Amino acid sequence: MTLALQTFATVKDAGAALKAAGACYLGGGTLVVRAANEGDVSISGFVRSTEPALSAVAVSDNEVRIGASVTMAAIARHPDLAPLAHAARVVGGPAIRNMATVGGNLFAPTPYGDFTVALLALDATVSTGDGELPIETFLAKRESNDAIVTAVGFTLPKEGGFRFLKVSRVKPKGVSVLSIATVLEQAPDGTVSSARVAFGCMADRPIRARAAEKALIGRKLTADGIAPALAVARDGISPPTDPIASAWYRNEVLPVHLGRLLLA
Amino acid sequence: MAKVPVQFTLNGAEKAEFIDSGTTLLHALRDKIGDTSPKGGCHQGTCGACSVIIDGELRLSCLTLAEACNGATITTTSGLSEGGVLHPLQRAFLDAFATQCGFCTPGMIMAAKVLLDHTPNPSREDVVEALSGNICRCTGYEPIIQAVLTAARSNSQNAA
Amino acid sequence: MELRKSYFADQRKDDLHEIGQPRPRSDSPGHVTGKTTYFADRNFPGMLHLKMVRSPHHHARIRSIDTSEAEKHPGVVKVLTAKDVPHNVYTILILIQIGPEDETVLADGKVRWKGEAAVAVLAETERAAQEAAAKVKVDYEVLPAVFDMDEALKPGAPIVNEYHGRNYYLYDSGECRKVRFGDVEAGFAGADHVLEQTYQSSPIEHAPTETTGCIVAPEGNDRFTCYTNTQAMFFTLDNTSIILQMPGNKLHFVGGTVGGGFGGKVDVIVEPIAILGAKLTGRPVCFIYSREEEMQISSPRAAEKVVIKDGVMNDGRIVARKVTGYTDAGAYSRHSPYGAQKGAGHYPGPYTIPNVWIDTYCVYTNRTPSSAMRGFGVTIGDFALEVQMDKLARLIGMDPLEFRFINAYRDGDMKAHRQPTEGAALIECMQEASRAANWPVAEKFMAMSSYAKGA
Ligand SMILES: Cc1cc2nc3c(=O)[nH]c(=O)nc-3n(C[C@H](O)[C@H](O)[C@H](O)COP(=O)(O)OP(=O)(O)OC[C@H]3O[C@@H](n4cnc5c(N)ncnc54)[C@H](O)[C@@H]3O)c2cc1C
Ligand code: FES
Ligand code: FES
Repeated sequence: MTLALQTFATVKDAGAALKAAGACYLGGGTLVVRAANEGDVSISGFVRSTEPALSAVAVSDNEVRIGASVTMAAIARHPDLAPLAHAARVVGGPAIRNMATVGGNLFAPTPYGDFTVALLALDATVSTGDGELPIETFLAKRESNDAIVTAVGFTLPKEGGFRFLKVSRVKPKGVSVLSIATVLEQAPDGTVSSARVAFGCMADRPIRARAAEKALIGRKLTADGIAPALAVARDGISPPTDPIASAWYRNEVLPVHLGRLLLA
Repeated sequence: MAKVPVQFTLNGAEKAEFIDSGTTLLHALRDKIGDTSPKGGCHQGTCGACSVIIDGELRLSCLTLAEACNGATITTTSGLSEGGVLHPLQRAFLDAFATQCGFCTPGMIMAAKVLLDHTPNPSREDVVEALSGNICRCTGYEPIIQAVLTAARSNSQNAA
Repeated sequence: MELRKSYFADQRKDDLHEIGQPRPRSDSPGHVTGKTTYFADRNFPGMLHLKMVRSPHHHARIRSIDTSEAEKHPGVVKVLTAKDVPHNVYTILILIQIGPEDETVLADGKVRWKGEAAVAVLAETERAAQEAAAKVKVDYEVLPAVFDMDEALKPGAPIVNEYHGRNYYLYDSGECRKVRFGDVEAGFAGADHVLEQTYQSSPIEHAPTETTGCIVAPEGNDRFTCYTNTQAMFFTLDNTSIILQMPGNKLHFVGGTVGGGFGGKVDVIVEPIAILGAKLTGRPVCFIYSREEEMQISSPRAAEKVVIKDGVMNDGRIVARKVTGYTDAGAYSRHSPYGAQKGAGHYPGPYTIPNVWIDTYCVYTNRTPSSAMRGFGVTIGDFALEVQMDKLARLIGMDPLEFRFINAYRDGDMKAHRQPTEGAALIECMQEASRAANWPVAEKFMAMSSYAKGA
């Protein structure tokens, strides 16, 4: 009947402790402590690691590695991560951002997981004790993950190549109606040469918008140019109905917001 | 039940307690240490009434495990006034009618204090952003925003 | 703040020293220093935590309840079911002799809304109580449910509450509260225009920042102190006394600063069962709603439906008004029959109308029981009435404020429920609103007074 916390100096030892039934890794705790407070009896204990690498941010030659314990607030104020600051700053309110970690965000169910939407568009890799996985693969089977995530890594896009939009009703702090991240490369004539588009709140976890990505290639970022992408934006989505918005509403407004982000 | 020691500085005083492992900081402060100024309005991170300052950062004590605060420096609203003299924020909240039921007030003051510690001359937008994790069901927020702006002005006057 | 002293100047001596002056709130120093004591700012050694096992169904028969696993759970001290409650009937307004006795403290044989309390678990820690609550097994036979007032009133609808035997409250006046004044049909027949509109609202949760709760401490002499954030101390004392079959002098209620109520803390829900727990265990007990319980379990403002039919003349006079109001009580009455009755008294609004017909119904559905919230029974009605007033003004091409001056009640006017108007101040309020909002009206309206017609 106690919810003990075990703290380990190394990820390896914490990982071993995590194998115990009901043990749950503790990041910033904004989701798991909340669940425990609300009587989630599937959690029987917390495990965490204080290994310094988990809290490190390393940037060299545009290659970024963010430790799993790094908080949204730390990302938002990191001088080398300026393009991502906005995506980190839209997570929760100030206190939540001081606690919410990158590692935890990867597991956050819809309508949460805004920063993961950004990571998905960045095509990040997720490192665990067991090795590295492309984020999309990781997200697809995150329920069965029982390893500790140590870091996420990605290449910083060229200046202006990354765009992010979170739509919420309550401002400045509100839960997502949806969020969208894009990483676009454009040829000198302005046509899109490569595109990655990720959506939040369009399924139970962040998803890539493959059809829209494909429809953007070779097109210019004009109203006409993006029209085919907007037309297929809803391919493969299954947005949830929750207290924030109905599935119908999310479905209706997705192309509108995608259009605004692409034309911004 | 496994008891574990925790030790931290609370409002300038050393505190050491044995608590049940897994206890939230909110429960440790309120039920063990007897500082009931942080309030539990939701225990899920949404209301901000439990806000405290840990090592200079705003945190939600309902989602923070007390054991994770070993060695930390913690400030709560009950520790702000010195020798019976109200902190400028407390004074401003009082003067601006920024409290009604008062349940949100200690958390609001914590959020405002962190803001003014880092941004002595905040804009209205800065204040709104800083208070965005704190819910008030009574005042309609406007008097609270005004109180924080007033406190910032009185601080900068004192500094001048 | 500016105090306009020109209105009703002859009705008072102008020697007010406090009114119109800003004065510090006496409770603010405690609030800003975190020293104000709320009920939960107390801690007693050996205090038990109470968690409720709640119905996951909107409507179901309880075939059986098995608490054996929960009782064996480490840390559990007591598990309570309906049979443990001395008089398992909860009637909020019994103190003022208003029934009906249609609700239980813990479900007995049936649940009628999703979230209804079925079993109370008392344990050494909150966690142990939660774990044990998850081990209580209730075998339900799910029954058809009804969520909509129109559906509930149809013949053949599932009966929500057997106590009533029908899905509406039976007043002494019949199936609804009625007001009849003049001849409304003749009024419509003579009107230049008739407009009928329907207005609807959803339940609204008060969402106070402090959730509902209480802490009970046995005093050791068969007397119990209950620290509570109730907004209705004497309803609580009275109901608890009846439910627990204990004389009132054994119950010591301590109120104090409430962390927001807005009407949501008038239901006597947590105290009787917490005191019972303290009585049966001899230990202090705390029962505090989680945020989820506050949002889903505590009674909201009722959903309402208001149908308004008005006859209006081109010169702006409303000559007939017929209002049919429906209040969704949810599964139990609580304050709703009274709320619906208040609605009947409140319509047709602050307007003098010669022909009025009002029916207000209190309807039962399998939804969370609704109850008091800031002006319940009239707030939604006022929304409907004032939107209707704007629509009527538009219909006859008149300024909406001037339209209201024409119809505003004034001292001496007979109201529909036959109470002569006294102390009206609507005219003056609108005059001041017209100035403050910079919304000018014709001079003749600015010259009007609530005192007398034609003045
Ligand atoms: C009031 C409130 C507002 C919020 N608003 C937003 C918002 O706007 N946008 C948003 O995206 N989210 C929001 N969240 C959700 C949450 O705060 C964030 O998603 C946050 O990033 C989760 O991180 P955490 O460290 O707190 O996770 P935790 O609660 O610590 O963990 C969450 C899950 O991830 C697992 N986990 C955490 N770290 C690791 C790791 N390194 N390895 C393996 N497993 C791990 C945990 O075991 C757990 O299952 C909000 C939450 C609250 C309470
Ligand atoms: S109690 Fe911590 S945020 Fe509400
Ligand atoms: S003063 Fe009541 S919640 Fe803010």
